[in-house]
Amino acid sequence: MTADFGIKIEGVSHAYRGAQGQNAVGTLALKQTDLLIHHHEFHALLGPSGCGKSTLLYLIGGFIPVQTGSISTQKGPVTAPGPDRSIVFQNFALFPWKTVLENVMYGLQKKGLPEAECRDIAQAHIKLVQLSGFEQAYPSQLSGGMQQRAAIARTLAVDPDILLMDEPFGALDAQTRRVMQEELRMIWKRRPKTVVFVTHDVHEAVFLADRISIMSARPGRIEHQIDTGLGPERDESTLTDRRFVELGEQIWRLVREQAVLASRGGL
Amino acid sequence: MAAGDMRPVAAVDGRGSLLAVVALCVRYLPVLIMLAVWELVGRSGLVSQQMLPGIGAIAAAFLDLLQSGELVVNAWRSLSRAATGLGLAVLVGMTVGLLMATRPLVRTLINPLVRILYPMPKSALIPLVMIWFGLGDVSKIFLIFLGCLLPVIVSAYNGARGVNPFIVWSATSLGASKEQVLREIILPAALPDILAGCRTALAFSFILMVSSEFVIAKDGLGFLIGSLGDGGNYPAMFAVILTVAGTGFVADRLFGSFVSHRLRWKEQA
Repeated sequence: MTADFGIKIEGVSHAYRGAQGQNAVGTLALKQTDLLIHHHEFHALLGPSGCGKSTLLYLIGGFIPVQTGSISTQKGPVTAPGPDRSIVFQNFALFPWKTVLENVMYGLQKKGLPEAECRDIAQAHIKLVQLSGFEQAYPSQLSGGMQQRAAIARTLAVDPDILLMDEPFGALDAQTRRVMQEELRMIWKRRPKTVVFVTHDVHEAVFLADRISIMSARPGRIEHQIDTGLGPERDESTLTDRRFVELGEQIWRLVREQAVLASRGGL
Repeated sequence: MAAGDMRPVAAVDGRGSLLAVVALCVRYLPVLIMLAVWELVGRSGLVSQQMLPGIGAIAAAFLDLLQSGELVVNAWRSLSRAATGLGLAVLVGMTVGLLMATRPLVRTLINPLVRILYPMPKSALIPLVMIWFGLGDVSKIFLIFLGCLLPVIVSAYNGARGVNPFIVWSATSLGASKEQVLREIILPAALPDILAGCRTALAFSFILMVSSEFVIAKDGLGFLIGSLGDGGNYPAMFAVILTVAGTGFVADRLFGSFVSHRLRWKEQA
């Protein structure tokens, strides 16, 4: 294949063990999933809850082992978590006993960089996410939006090839969410990366992504793939763009189909 | 609230320290009431002065013990035993608890022992420990260590098991190794639980310090209580008992302020 792929997912199935151990029938979360994500593409994974989109993200992250099929990046097959694939979680997952600066410095220290350099790089990323002045604050002193900015800075600071985002704005209020979406897209333009962005918000996916994969109800597969074709610039005017509105409706219908199937599946 | 309204005014006109004293008195009013009841019961003749010496007699005995140096020497002996046993228990207990939470093999091997040993009264082991380690310091330190060990193990284990897995995943995806995750992520994340366990252990250390010195000792506060009681010097005996209580109280308060300083990242929530 071409050398410019970001993430290659081939024939990945994943079953969670039942509560009773090996005797019980496991839940099949993913079934024969194939997906090719391009280098430096902003890719959204969209689907009804329980469709296995987070599972797919955790598999790419290496947090849970691949059972069948294979996942590879430019660095080879994924076997364990690593700083080349950094992740941002919905609940921020900052280290609460560390200040913002210490949080952002953590990954840099793990790379073995000298302390002064860690500090400089961390400061630059805190500035990038517009948290300057809050370096010495603890996460508990920050609002949800600010905590998520800090988490994004911590993740970007280690300069990963791939940025994994697990419903990162799901816990934020609507206004903060909108602001964070615009800023994320802006940051991504300045620092291009392969992004896999999991969400169940159709408009968020359309606004942010270059390409959207819609997953089927459990067991999850990639059901549809759609190029948004909205171009690199996304801002307030994108929201009223005719293509944005049409895409939103078209994708909403596709997601709704799967959501209905999921609810009939008696989950 | 009225107290809230008064505070800034007091700070301005310099009555702040007076108010602080008043607040302290209100807070420990139950203790003052208990002392008053104590004194009244003694004077009323309901209970003989022998059984319940008056506050004045106890205070006089306390000053005597203090002047003779007996109290300070024995307190020092006792507290150094308690501190050694407690310190060892915190180090070992923290390590064992964290390893139990993160290494299934360690958990399988140690968990049953912890469950069996925790509810067993450690003072029941005094005769046995005396045979093992003799009458010296080692036997007392060992008992204190054993008693303090279990609450620390259990709290470290529970704390480490309760750590948000996404925090651990974040650390590994930032490049932390398994060892680094344990030391730099799980340990500080479990610290609130661990420190709560240490506080329980601190109280246990005082209890075991006194009860082990009752049985096996030639010095220490427990020994002093026993020998004064045997000699019929009840005011002095009460003075030592209250010294133990007071010292335990101060130790707990000091530990409490250490905890709130150490966990200041939690408080602003």
